[in-house]
Amino acid sequence: MLRTIDVPNVDALFRDVPKEGVVGREVFDALPDHKGELEVERTLSRMGALNISAGSVPFFCGAGAYRHHIPASVDHLIQRSEFLTSYTPYQPEVAQGTLQYLFEFQTQVALLTGMEVANASLYDGSTATAEAVLMAQRLTRRPKAVLSGGLHPHYAATVETLASLSGKVVHADAEPGRAGDLAKLIDDETACVVVQSPDVFGLIHDLKPVADAAHAKGALLIAVVTEVVSLGLIEPPGAMGADIVAAEGQSIGNGLNFGGPYVGLFATREKFIRQMPGRLSGETVDAEGRRGYVLTLSTREQHIRREKATSNICTNSGLCCLAFTIHLALLGDKGFSRLARLNHGRASSLAEKLAAVKGVSLVTPQFFNEFTLKLPKPADEIVDALAARGILGGVPGSRLWPHQAKMRDFLIVAATETSPEEDCDAFAQALAEVVS
Amino acid sequence: MTMNPVGRPTGIEAVEMEHPQTFSGDRGLDHEEPLLFELGREGMCGVDIPQAQISDKRLGGLQRKKPVGLPGLSEPEVVRHFVRLSRMNYAIDAGLYPLGSCTMKHNPRLNEKMARLPGFGDLHPLQPERTVQGALSLIAELMRWLTTLTGMPAVAMSPKAGAHGELCGLLAIRAAIKSRGEQRRRILVPSSAHGTNPATAALAGFTVDEVPALANGHVDADALERMLANDVAAIMLTNPNTCGLFERRIRELADAAHKVGAYFYCDGANFNAIAGRVRPGDLGVDAMHINLHKTFSTPHGGGGPGAGPVVLSAALAPFAPLPLLVHDKGGFRLIESPDDAPPSTKPFGRMCAFHGQMGMFVRALAYMLSHGADGIRQASEDAVLAANYILASLKDVLSAPFEGPCMHEALFDDHFLEGTGVTTLDFAKAMIDEGYHPMTMYFPLVVHGAMLVEPTESESKESLDRFIRVMAGLAQEAKSGRKERFAGAPYLAPRRRLDETRAARKPVLRWAPKDAAES
Repeated sequence: MLRTIDVPNVDALFRDVPKEGVVGREVFDALPDHKGELEVERTLSRMGALNISAGSVPFFCGAGAYRHHIPASVDHLIQRSEFLTSYTPYQPEVAQGTLQYLFEFQTQVALLTGMEVANASLYDGSTATAEAVLMAQRLTRRPKAVLSGGLHPHYAATVETLASLSGKVVHADAEPGRAGDLAKLIDDETACVVVQSPDVFGLIHDLKPVADAAHAKGALLIAVVTEVVSLGLIEPPGAMGADIVAAEGQSIGNGLNFGGPYVGLFATREKFIRQMPGRLSGETVDAEGRRGYVLTLSTREQHIRREKATSNICTNSGLCCLAFTIHLALLGDKGFSRLARLNHGRASSLAEKLAAVKGVSLVTPQFFNEFTLKLPKPADEIVDALAARGILGGVPGSRLWPHQAKMRDFLIVAATETSPEEDCDAFAQALAEVVS
Repeated sequence: MTMNPVGRPTGIEAVEMEHPQTFSGDRGLDHEEPLLFELGREGMCGVDIPQAQISDKRLGGLQRKKPVGLPGLSEPEVVRHFVRLSRMNYAIDAGLYPLGSCTMKHNPRLNEKMARLPGFGDLHPLQPERTVQGALSLIAELMRWLTTLTGMPAVAMSPKAGAHGELCGLLAIRAAIKSRGEQRRRILVPSSAHGTNPATAALAGFTVDEVPALANGHVDADALERMLANDVAAIMLTNPNTCGLFERRIRELADAAHKVGAYFYCDGANFNAIAGRVRPGDLGVDAMHINLHKTFSTPHGGGGPGAGPVVLSAALAPFAPLPLLVHDKGGFRLIESPDDAPPSTKPFGRMCAFHGQMGMFVRALAYMLSHGADGIRQASEDAVLAANYILASLKDVLSAPFEGPCMHEALFDDHFLEGTGVTTLDFAKAMIDEGYHPMTMYFPLVVHGAMLVEPTESESKESLDRFIRVMAGLAQEAKSGRKERFAGAPYLAPRRRLDETRAARKPVLRWAPKDAAES
């Protein structure tokens, strides 16, 4: 090969690199040499074994990431080489597999959220929410975003980071278990109101009043969903007046993965699609008239539009969309509805058990599979004490709102189909012991 | 006619019809597959879930009023649907995938296995920190590899892909400038840059000034130096650049930028050319994202997920976003609030919920441990060698706009197609008929009809030779006037050329029930 290239050695290929830029192996002394598969597996397995995995203990954490049972065929199918090791479908003739499942994914997301159109995913729910706010600012040419107090604080911080660059972000107070009055924060400068339901405390909201209040002032309603399984039982945002839905799709098909990769769902009304961020798969025909799919409306995107693009996103969550699509295909209407009911049933029963513990009260009167308790002691101490007893008993207020004394005694608890009755009983018993 | 012992014809002469019209619409192993929504029936379900008795007293009257409208399929139907779809895709596991700037290298399956260990895959991001010390130590170990390989003091781990990393880097720059009490609004971006660069700069609130390229494929360094002024926030360069060349005057440009108080953002998409051999920190870089899904082999998955950690210089490190990972006597901790951040730091905000693409971190670290510092260096050298072999073998058959040597990708233009009536697009589609995924086309924009070929270190010499033969054969065909072979291509893919204009003019972005579609 070197003869064909006509150089004496590989070093000669790097001749454009300034001398001071080239370093030898010794510079990386702190890094080891290569290892065999067995040894790598051993090293990483040891690291993994230092963690307490959710499936190994009674487990009740939620707050934006949920543990659900994923049918075995989902993970098997997404590991097929043709899905796993393909690139973004820029050459549609040899990427119909990817383009068709993205089209199916878009349809599923639109159906679930009750919206007209959906894109082929963003990174996750939090970045989808930030993109939704930017889109609302573009559509309304107004600067202000009003965030409800029940919006996940990580989402609120993500929105703040991005949307405050060219606009203004107003945060309503977080009041666990209460809807809060957002209408008074909406004015003629308001581009959008962002409401999460079920909110970070688990409370389900009727979005209609806030949608009406927003629309009356010419603002848009952005509905955020972090637990999409709720849409199997609860009225979708599209039926309650939402203009944009930004959601976290992890719950369907995707594992907890310590926070990522997840899959951002993004749906809106058809009239807004030209301001939508992210890729879209669209139907068309080939030269022989056969139906096929292509990436479309790409004049919105960075690789065509550069600094005038609707977003800078390129790589999205392709394979996580596939996992979502497969899992939802397996569920169908019947399975999805049953899954949602099962979740609600488990959480309702657990809430009653826990609220029966002396000194503990339930602060979210209506919820899906997650609720908030007020404890007689700081919740982080309780969570630590529960962890010492081998129970991962939810997310304490101080984890999401550090230094906010008023949030300290709240505990956010989730129960899904993966929380069997005996685990719920063990939780209730342990909670009774540690709060007393 | 050749017969087997029971009298059945076996020879190739047995074929009488070339393309029989099939009753099924399928063609042998090539299956047509309807949409999910055109399959299935009401009431079918591919998962066993009991029907729970629930009360509606905690639903606040907000129950769903209509069913979602999802089709019902059995498990075998779902499996078959997606297996059939998969067979319509090209993949790196199936063949050479020479997409320039995308680094389609082999994805080792050990990495998949490791990411699925329950100790990583089944952890909740908000579990008590003491129950995830192993996971946090893995992130810390990956940070050590990334900072050591780049010669940079710090790294922000939360960005979820390359473009998200760019945004993180530019927001750190914005915060650093603000903390100096200055306002700088301009970012200088070369005309050869990835589209994400100007898009990110605009998203981060900057205006973009384009720096021209020289005829030799390098950025016009003199022009860039002239454009530098005290209202410039940063220069944003890709190095090696998108023409496959190492920017020779990079250090000088970094110094010039620093001299006027600007920062140097480096797009790290092409790090696979230099990893283990060149440290961006030695070149004056202030921020650079690393696409773990390129250089460190996490699979592209049909367009994601990726991961884009950003290494930061000492000047930018204090502004890294939350959360911060620290280690003290209590073990590893995540800092989630600016109030808890060390006094020397000023986090600019938050890129996303939680703390990054853990699944990708495990895969990337598995790759690093498998390759070691020696293997990563070897991989870069092999990638550069492979690209130069292609460039040297094809530069007189196709046409190469710039002198070699190149780095890890070889750039060609459409000069060799002049007068043939064949375009870069046609040529690319003909490659599909040859069983190859096309190279990156029409990018970078600074070259006419660009064809950017990145073979990566994964290909053997035999594989490269075969690719070279095919490319040379196609070039010969084009030059000898066999235009129809190109204009109609692909002939042999699951679909012929697709009508993108129609797709954009009247967008159909979802399936809808027939009656709804007609109303």
